[in-house]
Amino acid sequence: MIIPRVPVQHRRLLPDRRLSGPTPWVIAILMMLTLLAAAAGVGLARSANAIGSAIAGRVTVQIVTANPVARAEQAAGLRRAAAAQPFVLSARAVDREELQATLGQWFGSADGDDPVLNSLPLPALVDIDFVGENRSRHMEQLRALVAAEAPGARIIPHAEWLGPVAQLIGSLAWIAGGLVLLMTLASAAVVIMTARAALATHFPTIEMLHLIGATDRQITRLFQRRIAIDTAYGIALGTVVAAAILLLIGWQWAGITSGLAATASLGPTGWALLLALPLLAIALAALTARQTLLAALKKIL
Amino acid sequence: MTDAPSPRAGGAMVEFDSVGLRYGPDGEVLSDISFNLQPGSFYFLTGASGAGKTSLLKMLYLAQRPSRGIVRLFGEDLVNMPRQRLPGFRRRIGVVFQDFRLIPHLSARDNIALPLRIAGVGEDDLSGPVGEMLSWIGLGERAEAHPATLSGGEQQRVAIARAVIARPQLLVADEPTGNVDPEMAMRLLGLFEALNRLGTTVVVATHDIHLISRIENAQMMRLEKGRLSDPTGALRYPPANRA
Repeated sequence: MIIPRVPVQHRRLLPDRRLSGPTPWVIAILMMLTLLAAAAGVGLARSANAIGSAIAGRVTVQIVTANPVARAEQAAGLRRAAAAQPFVLSARAVDREELQATLGQWFGSADGDDPVLNSLPLPALVDIDFVGENRSRHMEQLRALVAAEAPGARIIPHAEWLGPVAQLIGSLAWIAGGLVLLMTLASAAVVIMTARAALATHFPTIEMLHLIGATDRQITRLFQRRIAIDTAYGIALGTVVAAAILLLIGWQWAGITSGLAATASLGPTGWALLLALPLLAIALAALTARQTLLAALKKIL
Repeated sequence: MTDAPSPRAGGAMVEFDSVGLRYGPDGEVLSDISFNLQPGSFYFLTGASGAGKTSLLKMLYLAQRPSRGIVRLFGEDLVNMPRQRLPGFRRRIGVVFQDFRLIPHLSARDNIALPLRIAGVGEDDLSGPVGEMLSWIGLGERAEAHPATLSGGEQQRVAIARAVIARPQLLVADEPTGNVDPEMAMRLLGLFEALNRLGTTVVVATHDIHLISRIENAQMMRLEKGRLSDPTGALRYPPANRA
């Protein structure tokens, strides 16, 4: 039982000073930070996974043949030949307009009529996604295909340039997980200190209860209930504040549909984890309080 | 209370044999303490301040284990008894402290009811005995008063009522008249005597030599510098039970 049942008359053995101490408020702050760190960790982990799986099987073939007509023919031929291969999931030739629009962001003109941009000898690009997991073998097959259709073209695996970004995001997710663990330990430490402080404050009452025949279990349940309720208040408050912050961030995030940001979301599993965390925290607090109290009471005859 | 058997037939309720007690590395505060307490008897424990009366009482009400020797209570060896069995024995002992040790945020009624609640007595079965006890100590009108609003004598009576509400077999009182006037002291002693007549073994530690002469057939234990003297010779070979 997370919050043990104690008869009403027994509850009165401890003075009713709920939420008067710092514990619920400290727990509320720690819970809020834990949930935010957990949400960040889940979002970043999902983002890293999404990027990782997206880039692991994708390559871009860069055709730099000097003659623009030959270059376009090679690109079209390569796209057709690649699309017909069983190891290729999809093959797409990148439009020149798309390239110019991307470059325009750096050249200061995005409307496509910039003379400098129009005069650039842009390469032809073909994006290819592989089928299945055996990507090294697919690369060998693609190299042979490229050598036949567009000699001299360069194959660029996306993992080469986006991989470090995915690794960085993955590292950040682990750091967030570490923060969750540290804050959980800090919460447990707060509960231990609270339990010890409660024992010290109420020692005369505990001593009297012992002398009239109260068992450790009876005394522990009394304090465990009080500490569990106090921490539950703190956890509920921290959860409400964290939920408000996450919903606000989620509302703003919904407007971001491009780039890496679009890959970050919590998903059903993430939300379920976040909902489970407060319940786990209450259980952890009650268990920690129980063990601390039992250990302390054993030192008294 | 099933784990605390009754004393052996004809046997002593409490047996101390060559008991010594020391706190930390210093010398013993109690040395070679040997005595038997018979069921239904009344004992006074006297001695100068620092003679070890409170330490001896602590061992009697199971707040302290001896450093050496044998202590048997209700026929069971308490020195080597597992800690988890002690509550069952404590429920058979009532304790009255010199400083009352009432729980300040509980009413007189709740303080008195505490041992019964701890023993698992239901609220329906509890109100009758607690009400009777309040009347017996003359505090029926002040049942809901908190200790801070009671006089010293009233607090002491509540403490005594708490000690005896569960009908203990052994009542231990440490200077129970130390904080009350002589008239109240005599009234409290009358309460102890009435309990003793009902069969409770009573041990009262006191400085007050006048109290001792008030109880017929009471036996005296005197502590001097941590050693027990036996002026009446009645402790090792006590008279037959009066009960």
